[in-house]
Amino acid sequence: MQTHALDIQALKRDQAPSAGPAGPAETSLRMENLNLFYNQNSQALFDINLEIPRQRVTAFIGPSGCGKSSLLRCINRMNDLVDGCRVQGRLLLDNEDVYDRRVDVAALRRRVGMVFQKPNPFPKSIYENVAYGLRIQGINKKRVLDEVVEKSLRAAALWDEVKDRLHESALGMSGGQQQRLVIARTIAVEPEVLLLDEPASALDPISTLKIEELIYELKSRYTIVIVTHNMQQAARVSDMTAFMYMGKLIEYDDTDTLFTNPEQKQTEDYITGRYG
Amino acid sequence: MNRMINEQELHSDRAPGVGKWLRGGDPLIWLNGAAVSVSVIAVVGLLLLLAVRGLSHFWPADVLAVSVSYQGQTRELLGEVVEQVEVPGAQLREAGFELQGPGPFFQRTLMKQGNRDFLGTDFTWLIDEQFGPRRYPLDVMVVERLEWGNFYGYLRAVSRFGEDPVTVVEHGEAATLEALQALIVDTVAVREEIHDIEQGEIGAINYELERLRLRERGLELEGRLDAAAQADLASKRAEQEASFRALQEQLYTLYDSIKDHSYSAELADGRVVTLPIAKVVRAYQPNAMNVFAKIAMYVEHLWEFLSEPPREANTEGGVFPAMFGTVLMVILMSIIVTPFGVVAAVYLREYASQGFVTRTIRVAVNNLAGVPSIVYGVFGLGFFVYFVGGELDQLFFPASLPRPTFGTPGLMWASLTLALLTLPVVIVATEEGLARIPSTVREGSLALGATRAETLWRVVLPMASPAMMTGLILAVARAAGEVAPLMLVGVVKLAPTLPLDGNYPYLHLDQKFMHLGFHIYDVGFQSPNVEAARPLVYATALLLVLIIALLNLAAVSLRNRLRERYKSLEH
Repeated sequence: MQTHALDIQALKRDQAPSAGPAGPAETSLRMENLNLFYNQNSQALFDINLEIPRQRVTAFIGPSGCGKSSLLRCINRMNDLVDGCRVQGRLLLDNEDVYDRRVDVAALRRRVGMVFQKPNPFPKSIYENVAYGLRIQGINKKRVLDEVVEKSLRAAALWDEVKDRLHESALGMSGGQQQRLVIARTIAVEPEVLLLDEPASALDPISTLKIEELIYELKSRYTIVIVTHNMQQAARVSDMTAFMYMGKLIEYDDTDTLFTNPEQKQTEDYITGRYG
Repeated sequence: MNRMINEQELHSDRAPGVGKWLRGGDPLIWLNGAAVSVSVIAVVGLLLLLAVRGLSHFWPADVLAVSVSYQGQTRELLGEVVEQVEVPGAQLREAGFELQGPGPFFQRTLMKQGNRDFLGTDFTWLIDEQFGPRRYPLDVMVVERLEWGNFYGYLRAVSRFGEDPVTVVEHGEAATLEALQALIVDTVAVREEIHDIEQGEIGAINYELERLRLRERGLELEGRLDAAAQADLASKRAEQEASFRALQEQLYTLYDSIKDHSYSAELADGRVVTLPIAKVVRAYQPNAMNVFAKIAMYVEHLWEFLSEPPREANTEGGVFPAMFGTVLMVILMSIIVTPFGVVAAVYLREYASQGFVTRTIRVAVNNLAGVPSIVYGVFGLGFFVYFVGGELDQLFFPASLPRPTFGTPGLMWASLTLALLTLPVVIVATEEGLARIPSTVREGSLALGATRAETLWRVVLPMASPAMMTGLILAVARAAGEVAPLMLVGVVKLAPTLPLDGNYPYLHLDQKFMHLGFHIYDVGFQSPNVEAARPLVYATALLLVLIIALLNLAAVSLRNRLRERYKSLEH
């Protein structure tokens, strides 16, 4: 256990101390007794209770099929697209129930952006990819779009690489660039929450590093929830970590605490690699 | 893996060489290669046959002069050799021919002797052994005419207004032919002027008169035909009729100006006949022409074929109206079928819940593709023409009843029927295209706050557009070659006017039209003059294939461009 703790400290060393989980953060997302059913017989999530702090990075870890992606997709109601999917309990975003009948799903998804496992740029130009969310909102003024595109691409640390080929197809970019483009596209609509569903699992180590640096940059402005398979990644980028297993939330704590001194045996087994 | 290798060794023990060769996949490769070769040879052979048979028709062949003697009688013949075949002597003897030669086989020649107005038939089969010496006299003249087919003979005199004939003094004199050519140029120009007046201005007047008649009838039906309206209509009608009379005067003058030009020519049998130049399309002396002149004449013939309407019961002239009708109908069909097919596919794939009903609909759609086309023709006639068209006439064109406007076969119904026929193809192709779009792209759009409709419109449909084009390509390929249903819903063997002209509303969807496929059928099987029509059948078939290929190429290149732009994500 001791060696492991040292590892975590080493990984976290180059992060600024002020960005850590020091000081109390207000709650952005709160889940109360959240249950998710994919149909009558299969329940994917069981009584999840979780508070996700604002402007922090929260990681969901756990073995495949544990429900971490399902939980993530509950937050921006992507599960609505699945036939027969049903949610019980409450999921509050700034104290508003996301599953209230009066909630406009499109508006919710503009507040809660999502980046997927595989980069999924649209078959349009780089510029149009970033401008897509704005065009959907009916913003077509070139001056506004130009400004937002540049700002978003800069925020996603992509501007310098693509500024000369903004009007070329996004499909000509590398995987890592595409993923950063997707992040730029997401932050162009200025969400409050960013959901990242294994954003680096399809990328090479260097691209992964860039994405992680980006996450670190972005957390000053966004509440970030990241699902990852990779425990080192969770340890590197997150302030809070939730360990899930078989649809249940087993443990949720400061990343340092969870990785160095887990309360549950299951968590310890998982982070030390005994299963998963 | 090990087990496989062992088995292989086992087999090769039993049948050394052959078994290994069979299992190595070589025979499959050879089989595939053979299948591809057979297909390619079949296609190339088909095109070659059509091209050779069809395109040779336009070549100005040398005219053979020969004396044929049979049973002591000799007659002189002039004509083009069309075909030569070997026939067994026994067959000819059975048919009652007396043969001199010893051989078991005899050569027969099909000659195009033209001059149907003097000889009765313009094609004749001859047995070669009856031929005297073959000559190709330089001054034989071929005259293509508006009536009675080609004329073959020796030019003797040309007369302007029936006076002062320019006569030929000796064989091969060029001056007379030049005089004839000059007069032909004049008459052709006058004929074009006449055609323009008849089709253009008089057509417009007739159209206007018909509209006035319909307005009168409409007012009558509504009970509002009072004296004022009647007077108004009468004055307008008088106006039109006055300009009609003026045009008619002009026409008479034009007709008079060319009707007395004539030429005299000597037939092969020595008769000298005098014929009107007003009926001549062109005259030339093929035997005196060098190869360049012949090529020029070939191009002229080919251009005539592509750009002129047919004459002489479709056995002469061109196929332009049929070509135009085919292309126009296919374009209209595409305009109708694409939105319908795409909308249906989008509903089936994107919105409908994938249950029993949707599956049933999908099966039904697929089965529709297998329904024989004539069934669609019957449906089009019964539903579109008689029911929908009849109702439209009752609602919008009561004035022209009992003469139907849309309640009769026409361009619109033909296009609609073919659209219905090709709908399954477009639906299936589009659905497959939609199914291939990765769900991650849709989710990406939805996650940015787009609604399903916005996602569909901005991301999914553009990405599915290559698949839609594939559907359209298949639809065009099928529709352009379809004939059977068209015979019921709008195609005719000869349409006097094109469905697109200068009279409002310019595109006449209610008109009947000509179609290359039906033209082939009509010329090939309904023609009074089979021999004359046969090369045109091949040429028309080649043209149809080329047009379909061209339409397809256009669609394919468009699709490839779309594919390049929307190529799906490669991870």
